[in-house]
Amino acid sequence: MFDDLRDLYQEVIFDHNRNPRNFRVMEDADRKVEGFNPLCGDRLTLFLKMDGNEIIDASFQGSGCAISTASVSLMTEIVKGKTEAEAEALFKQFHEMTTGKEDDIDLEAIGKLAVLAGVREYPARVKCATLAWHTLDAALKNEANSISTE
Amino acid sequence: MTTFPIEKIRADFPILKEKIRNKPLVYLDNAATCQKPQAVIDSISHLYMHEYANVHRGVHTLSIKATDRYEGAREKVKDFINANSTKEIIFVRGATEAINLIASTFAKANIKKGDEILITAMEHHSNIVPWQMFCEQTGAVLKVAPINLQGELIYEEFEKLISEKTKLVSVVHMSNALGTINPVKKIIAAAKAKNIPVLLDGAQAIPHMSVDVQELDCDFYVFSGHKLYAPAGIGVLYGKQALLEAMPPYQGGGDMIRKVTFEDTEYNALPYKFEAGTPSIADVVGLGAAIDYLTEIGMDNIAAYEAELLDYATEKASKIEGLRIIGEAKEKGAILSFVLDKIHPHDIGTMLDSLGIAIRAGHHCAMPVMDFFEVPATARASFAMYNTKEEIDVLMNGIEQLIEVFG
Repeated sequence: MFDDLRDLYQEVIFDHNRNPRNFRVMEDADRKVEGFNPLCGDRLTLFLKMDGNEIIDASFQGSGCAISTASVSLMTEIVKGKTEAEAEALFKQFHEMTTGKEDDIDLEAIGKLAVLAGVREYPARVKCATLAWHTLDAALKNEANSISTE
Repeated sequence: MTTFPIEKIRADFPILKEKIRNKPLVYLDNAATCQKPQAVIDSISHLYMHEYANVHRGVHTLSIKATDRYEGAREKVKDFINANSTKEIIFVRGATEAINLIASTFAKANIKKGDEILITAMEHHSNIVPWQMFCEQTGAVLKVAPINLQGELIYEEFEKLISEKTKLVSVVHMSNALGTINPVKKIIAAAKAKNIPVLLDGAQAIPHMSVDVQELDCDFYVFSGHKLYAPAGIGVLYGKQALLEAMPPYQGGGDMIRKVTFEDTEYNALPYKFEAGTPSIADVVGLGAAIDYLTEIGMDNIAAYEAELLDYATEKASKIEGLRIIGEAKEKGAILSFVLDKIHPHDIGTMLDSLGIAIRAGHHCAMPVMDFFEVPATARASFAMYNTKEEIDVLMNGIEQLIEVFG
């Protein structure tokens, strides 16, 4: 059962869904942005601690499906220690990977995030994976407090 | 039950033979839209192949044939809901357009600043947003009668909200998110006692039970064809003739006029006054064919069969640990909305899809209902007359499997 779904729901995704990393409120955050997907009701708050243009800590709160929870959990892990420019470059790679527009993804840079590549076969689920990154993008651009996938 | 011709009905719906992800399709998203029987599909192709032209215009043979088919369907709708006259049957795009039509004509003419429109907390967005827009434009006030944790209207609270200021009661006949069937007779009687007109949103109720608008004594009844095994893009506004006569027209254009000069326009008689432009002719004919099909089976037979399906599904679902049914009204149509512990409805939807099962996962265009039950979304299995207990077994088995996978 569910054999067809192995590419979408990899074990890493179940793991991050059960035990999300960096799932906490950050009291002394420099940036705090809310992300919302009105189509499914997913909601998350992303917290960033910056040192100059380097992200030194990232955490989140909220509720969503396994794909969106795993995506934001993985993202908070991978962006720690990255500069704004590096994080933005990663967002671009991630976006291309999930929307299937680019075949030559830099697998080394994308690292663990590659487990989310399966969503490209499920158009209805792409936004679940990208919500975290759109929220990060807004936080890095220091945009207003809330972003939406719609 | 034993006489319900389920095998024949299933054979009449070609799409039910489809395989989804290499599994037999189990279509349980009927509250979103229903599949179409061959008779409906054939009626549309027959019209386009043999009888199509514009209606109410030409003196030529085809136009007369098309007009006969179109007006024949109106007659069928009239009989189906037992309206008094075909003048009371207005073809629109769907229930949503019908409610918007009433907001921009009836409400505009009769409801003013400070007046109140009363709805319930279980409405679909289509019976909330048009009134919010109307209230914003006019200063009228939208009142919302609360529901309880079973998903039932708290009737006493509803009654308390009826006042001299209430100028329209607009309630859903059957909730799309919860399955609740509202006590519409009581609601209508209470409103009538104060001369308040009542609009029933029948989009969800119409495929599940026989509806008699004269017996109900509602002033308006609206529904969409696509939930009644007919094409999407066609729907019906029923209104009492006297009310429709007094209402200003909706859209201006061809067919809704009797005489036009650059100085003045004389509007057409009912029902054409509200049908500007060339209508969706083939879809109306398809709606007529769907009604013929349903009438042959009998709405009461359908209701009885679906009640058995719902009972069976509810019983099975109640045995699954970690499953919570959202919407447990005593009076309920064939909808099973549920959530699972720690598994988001979208994951449920994707997982079941991989087994060939189509359900809806989301807020069902009823975000206030989701807020009330403090869930972001639900999974919803909604049944139609062509579903079977075996399909419910497939669904329940799928749910049990996915709970295991998520661990």
